[in-house]
Amino acid sequence: MDVAIIGIGLHRFGRSPDMSGMQQGASAVRAALADAGLSWADMQFAYGGSQDAGNADALVNELGLTGLQFTNIWNGCATGGSSLHAAYSAIKSGEYDLGVVVGFDKHPRGAFNPQPKEWGLDDWYGETGLMLTTQFFALKTQRYMHDHGITEDALIRVSEKAFANGSLTPTAWRQQALSYDEIANSAMISDPLRKYMFCSPAEGGAALIICNADKAHQYCSNPLFLKAAAVRTRHYGSFEVFAPSQAMKVADAPTVTASKAAFELAGIGPEDVDVMQLQDTDSGTEIMHMAENGFCKHGEQEKLLREGATGINGSMPINTDGGCLANGEPVGASGLRQVYEVCVQLRGEGGARQVPNNPRVGYTHVYGAPGISGVNIITR
Amino acid sequence: MSNQVPLQEGLFTWPSSQPQLLGSRCSQCAEAAFPAQPDCRSCGSRDTQIIELGDRGILWTWTIQTFMPKEPYLSDETPETFRPYGVGYVEMPGGVRVEARLQANSPEQLKIGMPMQLDIVPFRTDENGEQKMTFSFSAAEKA
Repeated sequence: MDVAIIGIGLHRFGRSPDMSGMQQGASAVRAALADAGLSWADMQFAYGGSQDAGNADALVNELGLTGLQFTNIWNGCATGGSSLHAAYSAIKSGEYDLGVVVGFDKHPRGAFNPQPKEWGLDDWYGETGLMLTTQFFALKTQRYMHDHGITEDALIRVSEKAFANGSLTPTAWRQQALSYDEIANSAMISDPLRKYMFCSPAEGGAALIICNADKAHQYCSNPLFLKAAAVRTRHYGSFEVFAPSQAMKVADAPTVTASKAAFELAGIGPEDVDVMQLQDTDSGTEIMHMAENGFCKHGEQEKLLREGATGINGSMPINTDGGCLANGEPVGASGLRQVYEVCVQLRGEGGARQVPNNPRVGYTHVYGAPGISGVNIITR
Repeated sequence: MSNQVPLQEGLFTWPSSQPQLLGSRCSQCAEAAFPAQPDCRSCGSRDTQIIELGDRGILWTWTIQTFMPKEPYLSDETPETFRPYGVGYVEMPGGVRVEARLQANSPEQLKIGMPMQLDIVPFRTDENGEQKMTFSFSAAEKA
């Protein structure tokens, strides 16, 4: 049985000072329902989550007490990916035909400040200033550049592309393109990553209406199909965030295993993908994720970026809406924003940022603490 | 002089004329961990022993923390007195890469592959006037 996506909704990312995170989640659900031409009462099940904005199942207070099964999902940065995976499984199992997946969040300004105890770590690790995601991504990028001959030029080009795409995306938080020099001269935050190479915690909501594909045409003339959803955690030996130590032996990152599992489920390979969203917490991670997801070899990114391959008109368009860099990261919503954008592209509704030649296959990848990755493959 | 105590027991041998980082090694698969773990993350065995990981290592990667972290960061600093610090992973002879603060805090002072040595340094003074000591690495002096 196939799984279809028949409705997509977004509450604009960035800052919505007059709305709670929960209200932004409800706004996204209403938009997705309107897109599908359905009502909340039609929904048989819901999966949703947020990090800082409350229990997703409290959304029924906004949307209606219809008695549906509503399960809260909290799985770090892969919350959206895990919610979608749960919905995918619910449809695949045959238990349900129609439901909603929602993610939302509202974070305070500034870097995330995780608490060691919640991640199975002792207080000294946080107290001495070793538990920052920004730091980890810088440490991983630094080593990756050393091992694979990536230079600062590549880091700058990722950001330049992200903000250029953001400037073409009406729902993006950061809509101003930045020049190469503005990025290259921005403040160094955590060597080798500069200010304009990091995404910021933000606010927003995203929702999808998911349906048994056999019934999708009852609701919608242009369903998309969720061909694969896979979530994987870290192996012993992969270099992950929030790790007081790492093994000397080297294992594949969870992104590699999630990606391989998803391609296997979908029965296609990286060469078949027309448009993709890869987690760009910072420009270094987008570069690493290009290879970890199988779209190039380690080290090839330098040349690909120089040639513009990852731009909207390139051979492998990445983060066409500006990604996390231009949209910010409301953790609960971010993974579903990626799916939303890929759906927009596959429907041909991308406007100024539309990838040419009628893309048929989309790919989304989310990565985050404490070493978790979620991949989805979507087709027309 | 104020009394000096480790920020956390069990991370390093101290006081000592030559302090060592402490970790654990699995009796089944021989993998090492820092800090010491009762359970092995590699094979799942519960048979691990505390070991000394050494006091010298090689810098595997590094960065500079330029902004003062929010809590749970707990130091004596204020935003005005905050001094950027280096952070790195150091490959220890005990067979594990350990994340640590680095004494160096400018890019010119740091290079992947450079030899490092362990220092036990004051981190903050608590409300009782006790100096909390933590582990850190600096460029190794020539042996």
